[in-house]
Amino acid sequence: MKNEAVKIIKAKKKFILEQWFQNQVENDGLREDLITNEDQRIQSEELLNSFAASLSESNFDNAQSRDFEKVEEILSGIAIARARRGFSPRETGAYVFSLKSAILKTLSEEISDAKVLYTESMRINSLLDNFSIVTFETFIKGREDVILRQTDEITEISTPVIKVWDGILALPIIGTLDSSRTQIVMENLLQEIVETGSSIAILDISGVPAIDTLVAQHLIKTVSATRLMGAECIISGIRPEIAQTVVHLGIDLSEIITKASLASALKTAFGMLELEVRKKAVPKTI
Amino acid sequence: MDRIPILKMGDFLLVTIQVDLYDQLAETLESDLAQMVKKYSSKGVLIDISAVSIIDSFMGRILGNISNMSKIMDAETVVVGMQPAVAITLVELGLPLKGIHCALNVERGMELLRSKVILDTPEDDEDDSNPE
Repeated sequence: MKNEAVKIIKAKKKFILEQWFQNQVENDGLREDLITNEDQRIQSEELLNSFAASLSESNFDNAQSRDFEKVEEILSGIAIARARRGFSPRETGAYVFSLKSAILKTLSEEISDAKVLYTESMRINSLLDNFSIVTFETFIKGREDVILRQTDEITEISTPVIKVWDGILALPIIGTLDSSRTQIVMENLLQEIVETGSSIAILDISGVPAIDTLVAQHLIKTVSATRLMGAECIISGIRPEIAQTVVHLGIDLSEIITKASLASALKTAFGMLELEVRKKAVPKTI
Repeated sequence: MDRIPILKMGDFLLVTIQVDLYDQLAETLESDLAQMVKKYSSKGVLIDISAVSIIDSFMGRILGNISNMSKIMDAETVVVGMQPAVAITLVELGLPLKGIHCALNVERGMELLRSKVILDTPEDDEDDSNPE
């Protein structure tokens, strides 16, 4: 038995493309806000061409065949691009599935024998299912990459160490402190202490939404580490709710200097360095 | 056998650890320091660990021992020059070295030691004219 489906797909490429595109429109798979119709058509055409070109009698039953590497590459590219542009999983899935229905429809029009049609459909089904799996895997991977990149960016921008005065560093912490962030905060702070030779570090936690025992432990660790470096650590920006929580949880912060605001922490730091801020004496004019 | 040299600087003892400490060396240092504090009736001990890249729990304990030991012999201990990575490791090990004074570098350590000793015994601050 000759393989009908391969021949039909190769011959009816144009028709399949039209069908596919129509399916996409019907499925709301087109997001004109995210990708233009024209781009989508070019993309689809490239994919279908590559699929038809790599399809042959020998690899028709074998979706793992190396011949399909090119197709999978294009699919992965499309999936990752879609993940970055913010397509939903459903839209991405529908994109590949609509190709399947386009091909099946074409086959049903071309093959009259029901038995042949059935076997060919089953084979094309398993082949395309494999493609959908590849698409989905890369789509999810693309999304994960986006998330990872954002996490990196957040950690990078959220832990600046500011030199507020000679010998005084301030470190505003924004967001929840978890183990990995504490590690980064600690490393940055200690490194900066060494570089600037500072003797006082102010840890401002007004941007920390909530404190539990774990966060408090991380704070205490940071304070201990700065002490080991020979610097004194002041924790500032303790909001009333946080003070309440700390007391209710029974966390002992008595060995740490704590201040309600950054301003009073800075004042304390000035005191420790024996500095004084005064209003400029205005020479009397008369 | 290897020994860590202990230098006498006026009222203070200066220990610069240039190698990674192994347990035997640390124990020797501990006993040597006790002897030296007694011998010179020193008022302070300054330990520079800026070249030490690894400190384990045992070393942490030795440092604690040295500090406590000096304290009961009326000498203050200051550990200086701890590397950031070492500080983080110690804290993660649960050894915040309470009771040990730390300073960023030898200069600051000396300042700290002086301020502590002078605060404690204000009458004999002209006493450090011993040449050595």
